[in-house]
Amino acid sequence: MENEAGALSRVAGLFSARGYNIESLSVAPTEDPTLSRMTLVTIGSDEVVEQVTKQLNKLIEVVKIIDLNDGNHIERELMLVKIRAVGPDREEIKRLAEIFRGSIIDVTDKSYTIELTGTSSKLDAFLEAIERSAVLETVRTGASGIGRGEWILKV
Amino acid sequence: MSVELTGAEITIRCLQEEGVQCIFGYPGGAVLFIYDELFKQDKVRHILVRHEQAAVHAADGYARSSNKVGVALVTSGPGVTNAVTGIATAYMDSIPMVVISGQVPTSAIGLDAFQEVDTVGITRPCVKHNFLVKDVSELALTIKKAFYIASTGRPGPVLVDIPKDVSQQKTKFEYPDKISMRSYNPVTKGHTRQIKKAAELILSAKRPVVYAGGGVILSDAAPQLTELTQMLNFPCTNTLMGLGGYPATDKQSLGMLGMHGTYEANMAMQYCDVLIAVGARFDDRVIGNPKHFFNENRKIIHIDIDPSSISKRVKVDVPIVGDVLDVLKELIKLLKAEKEKPDQTALKEWWKQIELWRERDCLKFDRSSKIIKPQMVIEKLFNVTKGDAFITSDVGQHQMWAAQFYKFDKPRRWINSGGLGTMGFGMPAAMGVQLANPKGKVACITGEASIQMCIQELSTCKQYKLPLKIINLNNRYMGMVRQWQEFFHGNRYAESYMNALPDFVKLAESYGHVGMKIEKPEDVEDALKEAFKLKDQLVFMDFITDQTENVFPMVPGGKGLSEMILV
Ligand SMILES: Cc1cc2nc3c(=O)[nH]c(=O)nc-3n(C[C@H](O)[C@H](O)[C@H](O)COP(=O)(O)OP(=O)(O)OC[C@H]3O[C@@H](n4cnc5c(N)ncnc54)[C@H](O)[C@@H]3O)c2cc1C
Ligand SMILES: Cc1ncc(C[n+]2csc(CCOP(=O)(O)OP(=O)(O)O)c2C)c(N)n1
Ligand SMILES: [Mg+2]
Repeated sequence: MENEAGALSRVAGLFSARGYNIESLSVAPTEDPTLSRMTLVTIGSDEVVEQVTKQLNKLIEVVKIIDLNDGNHIERELMLVKIRAVGPDREEIKRLAEIFRGSIIDVTDKSYTIELTGTSSKLDAFLEAIERSAVLETVRTGASGIGRGEWILKV
Repeated sequence: MSVELTGAEITIRCLQEEGVQCIFGYPGGAVLFIYDELFKQDKVRHILVRHEQAAVHAADGYARSSNKVGVALVTSGPGVTNAVTGIATAYMDSIPMVVISGQVPTSAIGLDAFQEVDTVGITRPCVKHNFLVKDVSELALTIKKAFYIASTGRPGPVLVDIPKDVSQQKTKFEYPDKISMRSYNPVTKGHTRQIKKAAELILSAKRPVVYAGGGVILSDAAPQLTELTQMLNFPCTNTLMGLGGYPATDKQSLGMLGMHGTYEANMAMQYCDVLIAVGARFDDRVIGNPKHFFNENRKIIHIDIDPSSISKRVKVDVPIVGDVLDVLKELIKLLKAEKEKPDQTALKEWWKQIELWRERDCLKFDRSSKIIKPQMVIEKLFNVTKGDAFITSDVGQHQMWAAQFYKFDKPRRWINSGGLGTMGFGMPAAMGVQLANPKGKVACITGEASIQMCIQELSTCKQYKLPLKIINLNNRYMGMVRQWQEFFHGNRYAESYMNALPDFVKLAESYGHVGMKIEKPEDVEDALKEAFKLKDQLVFMDFITDQTENVFPMVPGGKGLSEMILV
């Protein structure tokens, strides 16, 4: 979409006004600074998703929209998670982070902060592997998606 | 070097470049520089209303009756909030309009400044698009975009918010001839293959119906719709917004369909085998409950310029995205070249069935009543004006009777708020209609409750000598509300009685107009004739009508089209 003030609130407003749900939303400018790219995850029947797509297309600032589910695609989300890490848990958590290909990016006596990238379900799985009370804080970006192969989204 | 102009000058120059002759507005602090520039020129005429809601409704009526973009000008804060009802009204009915609003200076935005509201935020859900102009260098291009967006594709209101300092700043003025936007490219031409499919389906029809909506009026395609319908000898029904798209006095017209549509139109919709929807959006007031509307033996062709109107409430078989005018022309061409004709025996049977439904005479009412029947007033109005007037209406029973009993043969003659159903729309809209059609006969059909929502505009009518004929169907009730209470709330008339009504005759007179009170059925016709003879004067006609009259047929909420309550 056009990289303009207000474009994001039009999208968000459309979803709340029409009662669609937003699972996650991530947006940032692209290599062309006049354009932003947004990845929006929503859940609905085929009819609802069709209406969502049509309604988004009507927004003047939306340049192009694709449903990544129509083809093969890759999806990634970034999570930063702060975990209580004392005593024997420290090793265990470090190992777990390795298994999930996360990296520890900040350390104190009592905690690790881990950076983890993957599909949303991989991030969920990591959190489930850790004892609930040990998770002190999480922050997630929401998914970003891109088509597989040589196919590109051109405007 | 070319001279630099201020933002205010540029604003007015842009309006001139767009060929705008008339705008409706109300001044205030944030738009003073713009008003100053208006004052210094005489190409754009400004009509001073008495409330911003009326400015927008008037611009709306102007647009609907002329197919030009309506323009309103309001100040920041309360000026804008007053305008919101008008903007939402235009939005729901897809009316091309540009609203220019003043805003506090850019340096004050966000500081809870005097008369500051987040105009772009407040209006976002009820405009096609809106802009906040932060730099004077963007102003001309933004106004160009506003007119372009408002008038192309599915039309709609566009708002341009101009901070006061931007109207003072100077820059070089250049008005672009043409504009292209990478993110906005409305289609006009329909897909050839889809149009072919539609033609095939039409030729296979045994029980066809043409269901025509506001899109036919908006695209000025009434002649094409009429040609198509008549060359096929198909029945045609129009939505409330589509009245006039097909001549109502023609024998192929089934009248309006929907909640208060005719028996024959609704039955035909329910039992047809091919439904040709043209610029209509399967609204809940039209088809009722989609589950009841569903009929597996019916195939639907849907022509609409807005893809999101298609398969929104009802799944269709042949969607055609495109401008009604273009698509109908193509379709007519295809069908003319075709040797085949639809099955004429089947069509004859279908018309026979329709005649049987017609015989039900669903719009009958007591013609010998000693109390004035509202339907009779509209019938007489139709006769007296020879069906040639511009009719605006407010919202309620009177609106439905107007739609049922005034037979619109031409497009852009019936002006009402269908989507939002805004009481208070009628008189200000009529002002806009009269200004767009100075020679036209303009009547506003209203109710004693609706008219009081913008009654202050009687003053505007005086100032600009607008000779409207106000037809007040005074039943001393919010009749439409009363009807629902009678049918669905056990006759408990909660707050729907209109107490303490003014003496409308004196009220009209105090504004300098002519007032008439009509209480007997035998006086109705003469009064109307007399009123229309007063060519240069506004006449407020207060018809004291039957309090208990209801609008029939009626499809109750949640029901299907064949489940009408009949008189
Ligand atoms: C009290 C009350 C009672 C009502 N009862 C009824 C009733 O009994 N029957 C009834 O019909 N309505 C009734 N209405 C009105 C109803 O609420 C809707 O406003 C109306 O039915 C919508 O009309 P439409 O389907 O023609 O669509 P519109 O609102 O006129 O929409 C036009 C459609 O055409 C499309 N379009 C626009 N321009 C073009 C173009 N150039 N080319 C192609 N497509 C285009 C648009 O995208 C849109 O889908 C009532 C309203 C009120 C207030
Ligand atoms: C601004 C607004 N408020 C409330 C309503 C709900 N409403 C619809 S019809 C109606 C009554 C209209 O009464 P009147 O103008 O006397 O017309 P009648 O139905 O009696 O012909 C009301 C209150 C509305 N449509 N618009
Ligand atoms: Mg009333």
